[in-house]
Amino acid sequence: MPVLTAATRAEIERQRDRYPQPRSAVLPSLWAVQRQLGQLTPAGMEEVAQLLGLTPSEVEAVASFYSMYFDHPVGRHHVLVCVNVSCALRGAEEIVNHLESRLGCPSGGTTPDGEVTWEHTVECLGACGGAPAMQVDHHFQENLTPERVDAILDGLGGR
Amino acid sequence: MAEHKLLTEHFGTESLQTLPVYERLGGYQGLRKALQQMTPDEVVAEVKTSGIRGRGGAGFPTGIKWSFLPKDVHPRYLCVNADESEPGCFKDRALIDQDPHQLIEGTLIAAYAIQAPIAFIYIRGEYHDQRLLLERCVEEARSAGYVGCGILGSDYSCDVIVHGGAGAYICGEETALIDSLEGLRGQPRLKPPFPAVKGLYGKPTVVNNVETLSNLPHIVLRGGAWFASLGTERSTGTRLFCCSGHINRPGTYEMLLGTPIRELLEEECGGVWKGRALKAFQPGGGSMQVLLPEHLDLPLDMDAVAKAGSALGAGAMVFMDETTCMVDVSMRLVDFYQHESCGKCAPCREGTYFESDLMHRLEAGALTRAELGTLADICDNMNGKCFCPLGDTATWFVMSAYDAFREEFEEHCGAGGCPIKARNASLVTA
Repeated sequence: MPVLTAATRAEIERQRDRYPQPRSAVLPSLWAVQRQLGQLTPAGMEEVAQLLGLTPSEVEAVASFYSMYFDHPVGRHHVLVCVNVSCALRGAEEIVNHLESRLGCPSGGTTPDGEVTWEHTVECLGACGGAPAMQVDHHFQENLTPERVDAILDGLGGR
Repeated sequence: MAEHKLLTEHFGTESLQTLPVYERLGGYQGLRKALQQMTPDEVVAEVKTSGIRGRGGAGFPTGIKWSFLPKDVHPRYLCVNADESEPGCFKDRALIDQDPHQLIEGTLIAAYAIQAPIAFIYIRGEYHDQRLLLERCVEEARSAGYVGCGILGSDYSCDVIVHGGAGAYICGEETALIDSLEGLRGQPRLKPPFPAVKGLYGKPTVVNNVETLSNLPHIVLRGGAWFASLGTERSTGTRLFCCSGHINRPGTYEMLLGTPIRELLEEECGGVWKGRALKAFQPGGGSMQVLLPEHLDLPLDMDAVAKAGSALGAGAMVFMDETTCMVDVSMRLVDFYQHESCGKCAPCREGTYFESDLMHRLEAGALTRAELGTLADICDNMNGKCFCPLGDTATWFVMSAYDAFREEFEEHCGAGGCPIKARNASLVTA
C-alpha cells in the first residue's frame, strides 16, 4: 500500500527526469517525502528507492547523513536556533533559555500539543549579520530578543 | 582603497530580483558579449588576465582552475557552490537574496567558457527561500532565452538546475558536493583525480563559488585587465566581507582588496560595540586562526593575512570584544566541526570528539592542567593527517587561541566554572 500521494510521486518523477542520472534526485525526493509526511519513514524511503531504481538501504544511507531530514515525528512548526560563534557573541544563549522556558521542553523536544519542535544547532545558519538568529519553518528570523521571539511564536497560532 | 561597489552596486534596488529590472540595469549584457563576440577560449583568457582567485576559501585562480579541464573530453559540468556554511559567512546568501540574476548570468558565462551543457547550483538546505528565488529566476531567464537551447541565437545550449542540499557543512568541499549531487552521502573523495579530470558522473567538472561567478559579467564586460587593476597585484578585485560579532553595524561590505582591516572595522562596521576594546578577531570564518588587535593594520590581502598566520578564507570577519571568553568561542567552533565531521576518516571523526569533550570540560572549569596538556597532542594527530581540510581546520582556531591566550585557557583549569563569565557578571552587577 503506497504511503506517498500521487502528487508526491509525480514530484519525485519530475525530479528524477531533471538529472542525467536518476540517483541525483535522492535529496529532492526525500524533501518531497518529508513535505508530505512531516518526516522520513521506512515506507516512504522504500517508495523513493523504487521510483529511482535504488535499493531502500541506498536511500536510507543518504537520508541518515543529512541533518535536516527527520527520522521521527516532529511538530507542525520547526524552530532552529543558531548557537555558533557569531550568534553566541550577541546573545544566543538568552534566546535558547527563553525558548526552553516558553515552550516547556528541552532542545530537540516538541510541545505537548504537537505544535512546535525546537532545537539549537551549532551549524551556522548564515545569518550572522542579523545575530542572534533562528529559522522558523525554513524562514530566517533575525536580530532576536525574547520579546521578538514571543511575537514570532504568537504569530504561529495555537500557542 | 575603501568600500567599492561592483557586485553590490545595485543592492537594494526595488525588484532587482526580477528580470526586467536586472536587464534595465545592464543585466545579461556580459553573457550577450561572451556568446556573440568571444570564443570560449577567449572568455577563459579574459578570466585568467583578471587574476581573480576563488572566493570560496581556498583562493585558487579561477581561470587556471578552468584550464585544467582535459581537452576534448565531454560532457563537462559546472557546479556552483552555494553551500555556504562557514561559521560567520553569509555573503553568498546576500548575493542570492539581492541580485540572483547576476549569479545566474555569471554561471552561464562560466558554463559557456568551459562548454558545459548543464550547470548545477548546489545550495545549502537551510537557504530554502533562496533556493525558491533562484528557481524562479532560472525559469525567468529561461523564458527570455538566456537558459536552454540555442542561447541568444547562438549554437550554445545550457540548462541550469538548482539543487537543494539537506544540512551538511562538508558538502561545501568540492568533491563532497559532487558526491551529494550524485545522490550519495556527502563525503569527500581522494584527490587526485581532481574534479577537473574526473568529477560529477566521472566527467570533467568545475566547482566555483557564488561570489566568484557573480564577478564574471563584470570581467567580461569591462575586461580582465580592468579587473586586475583593482585591488592588489595578487589579490585582484573586490571581496564581500561578512562582518559579525561585537560591532556596531554587522553586515556585508564589499571592499577593494588591499584596504586595511582597520578601515573595514572602524568605518564600515562602526567599530567595536559598547565602547569596548577589541580582544581578537577571525578574518576568514570559523576555520581560520585567531588574529589580535595588532593585526588590524594588515591589508585585506590573501597573502598578507596568510603571512600573519591566518587566512581571508571565505571572507567572514568575526570580531570579539574584551569580555569574550576565548575558551567558549573555541568550544563552539570545535563543537561545530564535531557535528559536521562526515565520519570518513578516523583522525577527524575521533579527533573532533576528543577536542569537543576536552573543551566542554575546560569551559566548565573541570579540566586539570595535565589534561589540558593533551589538547596540542590531539590537534597534532589531526592537523595535516585528515582526509580533507575539515579535520585540519577543526584544529586551527583552537590551537591559535591556545597559543595566543594560554593564560586564559590555564585559568579555566579546575576553576569550577568559566572565570571570564564570572568576571563579566561582576562587571555587570557592579
